[in-house]
Amino acid sequence: MTAIYQALYEFISRFFSPSIITLVVTTLVYAAIPLVFILVYGLVAILGEMKISAWLQDRLGPMRTGPKGILQPIADILKLLQKEDTTPRAADRPLYRLAPWVAFIGSYAAFAALPFSVAYIGARLNTGIFYILSMGSLVVVSILLAGWGSDNKYSMIGAMRSVAQIISYEIPVALAVITVVVIAGSMDLQTITDLQAGGINNWFLLGGPKHLEGFGGSTNFVLVPVMLVAFAIYFIGSLAETNRVPFDVPEAESELVAGYHTEYSGMKFALFFLSEYASMFAVGSVASILFLGGWQSPLGDTMNGPAMGFLWFILKGLSFVFAQIWIRWTLPRFRVDQVMRICWKVLIPFGLTAVAAASVIAVAIQ
Amino acid sequence: MGYFSDITRGLSTAVKGLTVVIRHLGRRKVTRQYPEPKNEYILPERARNRLYVNMDDCIGCDKCARACPVDCIEIETVKSIPEEDLGVTTRFAKKKSLWVTKFDIDMAKCCYCSLCVWPCPTECIVMTEVFEFSEPKRENLIYHYATMDAAEAELHRQNRANYEAQANVQRAKQAADRAANAPAGPPSSTPPSSPPPSAASPWANKGPKH
Ligand code: SF4
Ligand code: SF4
Repeated sequence: MTAIYQALYEFISRFFSPSIITLVVTTLVYAAIPLVFILVYGLVAILGEMKISAWLQDRLGPMRTGPKGILQPIADILKLLQKEDTTPRAADRPLYRLAPWVAFIGSYAAFAALPFSVAYIGARLNTGIFYILSMGSLVVVSILLAGWGSDNKYSMIGAMRSVAQIISYEIPVALAVITVVVIAGSMDLQTITDLQAGGINNWFLLGGPKHLEGFGGSTNFVLVPVMLVAFAIYFIGSLAETNRVPFDVPEAESELVAGYHTEYSGMKFALFFLSEYASMFAVGSVASILFLGGWQSPLGDTMNGPAMGFLWFILKGLSFVFAQIWIRWTLPRFRVDQVMRICWKVLIPFGLTAVAAASVIAVAIQ
Repeated sequence: MGYFSDITRGLSTAVKGLTVVIRHLGRRKVTRQYPEPKNEYILPERARNRLYVNMDDCIGCDKCARACPVDCIEIETVKSIPEEDLGVTTRFAKKKSLWVTKFDIDMAKCCYCSLCVWPCPTECIVMTEVFEFSEPKRENLIYHYATMDAAEAELHRQNRANYEAQANVQRAKQAADRAANAPAGPPSSTPPSSPPPSAASPWANKGPKH
């Protein structure tokens, strides 16, 4: 084996310099980690959605595939792979084909800036959170492509609704994020996580780090309600951004068949599906980074570290996914006008207030 | 409603709903995994499933077929001849006098209304508890309850035909005899009830012949 690698390396190094090879290999490995994570997590999340929804309704869920039905998502994927890949005759083919990839790339790209652990972050950008928010907006493009490309009225209406909704909800989400960014003084997610070191008490949701200069005491006391409001706004807004219930007007089954992905089948549908679940985790983990200390252990220094960081990060992200599933199987869908009303009349005023309050506190700290 | 009370109401009702739902997470599940715990499937009283006809008791009265709203019962009968004794039904001891040569129920058409069960005078068509009887072919759902094979049915049909032919000959002879014995009166003057019942109706002719 080593000999083969050696020969391969020598062959490639005839054309490229070793530093470039190292760069390419490192990049590929770094890029593969989130991809593998998304695929594995996708299976878990699909099973979770099926099982949790069943349990919440006093059902058992899938029970026949494998022990207790745990192989059901694999069976579903295999079924999707076998499905005929249809394209409507009147579809705008290039756009129609492009849409699922854009959706998946948008969700996948967001993972690049997520600090999974102190040891792993795909790309440590000093504008990390800004990058993630903008990648979230890429999903809007794909939805519009899908809706337009399908040449189907339901797809089109779904896409329109979705775009209107996501663009609207980006504002409160951004406001909630700014609230944290103003206090943390950085858009780098790793820095924001580092600030919250030292246990649950230092999480931004509970008033931020107490050990730093300026924090603690009365500042902390004022910051808690601001952060709670920002957290609530972020969470509600993220539900809307991922088109989850109760904000699922874009894919409202009872009105629009399936919204923008009505015409998609087989692998293309699977990509949309995967992208939705990846986004669910992405927004959940962003919430946990901003408010719940990211990969930091809630117990301070106990059970902290690079490996445990992964665990905490995934655990926190998954609890958000669980909450989203829980909400999905509880609440009914909003009407379109209610969706807009909640965004513009409730979340944005509150968000602005939170930003203003956070700014005042930030000035006071300095 | 006020702006803030709307918000608090919205949030509190959402939380209320979420608490109700999450309490179900650990509850006992109501799903029954159908074929597995077999004996668990105790059907409710008077459950309506596959029909069964006890042919020993069927008198071939056709009441069930006529009651059926979807016409899925087909009955063919042949009258017995006087020297055949079909016996009586085990229930209600009704005299049987028809050979049931065909008794088909198409369970594919049946709507399980149970309307055929009520009129049966001998209570021989009943709903059972059998509900697992799916078939790959639709014809297999036509249940043939008649106990006799084609040959036997043909035999009875033949017997009946012979008997009726003979009865007709008998009747013709009697009519001729009557005409010979009473030449004076015109046939039209005879009252309609005058022919002896034994001659007019083969059914009344109970005694053994030949
Ligand atoms: S149950 Fe109803 S439909 Fe079925 S055979 Fe009897 S009368 Fe006909
Ligand atoms: S009603 Fe009963 S006795 Fe009469 S034909 Fe039907 S099954 Fe036979």
